[in-house]
Amino acid sequence: MDQLTPKDVDHIAQLAYIQLTEEESEKMRVQLSDILGHFQSLASLNTDGVEPTGHTTDSNTIMRKDEPEPPLDQEDVLRNAPDRDGEFVRVRPVLE
Amino acid sequence: MATQAVNSELFFSTARQLRTLFDSRETSSVEVTRMILDRIEVLEPQLNSFITVTPEHAVKQAEIADQRLRGTGQEPTPLTGVPVMVKDNFSTKGIETTAASRILKGYIPPYDGTVVHLLREAGAVILGKGNLDEFAMGSSSETSAYGPVHNPWDIERVPGGSSGGAAAAVAAGECFIAFGSDTGGSIRQPASLCGVVGMKPTYGLVSRYGLLAFGSSLDQIGPLTRSVPDCADALNIISSHDPHDSTSVRAPFGDFGEGLNAGISGMKIGVPREYLVEGIEPGVRSAFEQSLKTLEDLGANITETSLPLTDHALAVYYIIAPSEASANLSRYDGVKYGLGATDASTSAEATEAVRGRGFGEEVKRRILLGTYALSAGYYDAYYKKAQQVRTLIRREFTDAFLQFDVLVTPTSPSVAFKIGDKTDDPFQMYMNDVCTIPVNIAGLPSISVPGGMSEGLPVGLQFIGSQFGDATVIQAAAAYERSTSWHQRHPTI
Repeated sequence: MDQLTPKDVDHIAQLAYIQLTEEESEKMRVQLSDILGHFQSLASLNTDGVEPTGHTTDSNTIMRKDEPEPPLDQEDVLRNAPDRDGEFVRVRPVLE
Repeated sequence: MATQAVNSELFFSTARQLRTLFDSRETSSVEVTRMILDRIEVLEPQLNSFITVTPEHAVKQAEIADQRLRGTGQEPTPLTGVPVMVKDNFSTKGIETTAASRILKGYIPPYDGTVVHLLREAGAVILGKGNLDEFAMGSSSETSAYGPVHNPWDIERVPGGSSGGAAAAVAAGECFIAFGSDTGGSIRQPASLCGVVGMKPTYGLVSRYGLLAFGSSLDQIGPLTRSVPDCADALNIISSHDPHDSTSVRAPFGDFGEGLNAGISGMKIGVPREYLVEGIEPGVRSAFEQSLKTLEDLGANITETSLPLTDHALAVYYIIAPSEASANLSRYDGVKYGLGATDASTSAEATEAVRGRGFGEEVKRRILLGTYALSAGYYDAYYKKAQQVRTLIRREFTDAFLQFDVLVTPTSPSVAFKIGDKTDDPFQMYMNDVCTIPVNIAGLPSISVPGGMSEGLPVGLQFIGSQFGDATVIQAAAAYERSTSWHQRHPTI
């Protein structure tokens, strides 16, 4: 396993929308490289033709009737918003 | 109830014993709730096992419970009037829910999760919210943004994690039962390190609706108690099919305590040798060997066996769990709740800033790890490969249960370690869960019970059952518990 580069870490952090300080970024680079190194043992196992397991209950798509239920109380929901304008949640501009 | 000695006996009694005191009118739920709230106030500066305590809520619930116990309300359940804690990753309507993260500070859920709802219906008295590793990611309860939890057996040591607050509170007599979540050992490992009973039921037996999601294919809610019968009673109450959680099963929910007194004579018990890992502490090993003798004396057939894929379980887990976490935690964007960034100039900058400031180091590490494993070019080598090995691990367990009724292993390779000892080496920390993780990968039921002492600290014994073999696991654990006294030892805090 090759070590992750600082560029790799920047790329992942960008995909995950997490701002890292330079110090954090370097620490993550070293630690993630170490952890990924421990994963290499899996490559030694033959998994040709083995179905992947996503979950263990063997249930497939669960259907239910689309019946409306009483909604959550609007004020209970909105009071949690960090930036609110009346009945609206305010967000920063999406387009620059 | 006046003397200190009587009080400490009361605080360390089981929920079933408490119930007999209620029924004989020796005490009431309100009286016990008030006393335990006082105890929490005294102990919290040392333990920090609660993030939030809700005294007014608790007393109000206790008053209603007392009416039920006196026959003037709904029929009481085994949990009516019993003071309990729920981990702070359970949504509680009107009560702050943080998952021990800065990013959720001040978040007041607009709804109760299903388990919280079922506990309220059963008449349990919810005392407050238990401290944990941030978003349940950790094995020591040190990554909480609200400070580490201390082990009541030695406050310089960790209680395990991530349900460390729950385990410490049950061990210290700050509640009678606590409810935690277990993604890779987060109920059983702290139960082991604090000397209490902790159970992860079969995946799908308990609704996850309202549990702040970490690894959705692995997460399961379960009880931490001071006895196996209490554990069965609690599981009877929280297990249900829930239309709000499509992964909750429609299994016939029998009485999980049906085998509590059945014993284990003739039961076939397998001991997978891979669980006696390299680096297991000698004290843990000798306690385990002693436990095997006890099980044999009870008439069980003990046979050594081998589950060779166990060695790969840690890698599978640390690919699948962070991958699922990276998706689940994408909802924390600082828009609808929690920390915000009103100073940012764009939406994307705000999200990055909120997540950079709001998540702690371990959570960031796991999100980045999962994002990497799922990213273009790596998906097949990591995520898909791990899911395929997951299939092989499940098959290995299925084969083992053709031969055995239960498997028995140590719960953790070590006793409680010192706070700060493992925080610099994430992989070393991950190794704590080496005996508990395979169970989540296969979705099986498993219980940890007090199974010895080493260096004055508790050692846990883990029973693993086949899928939906929850009652059998409880049966084996109950027989073991009845013939040992480890569960009757309590810390002198």
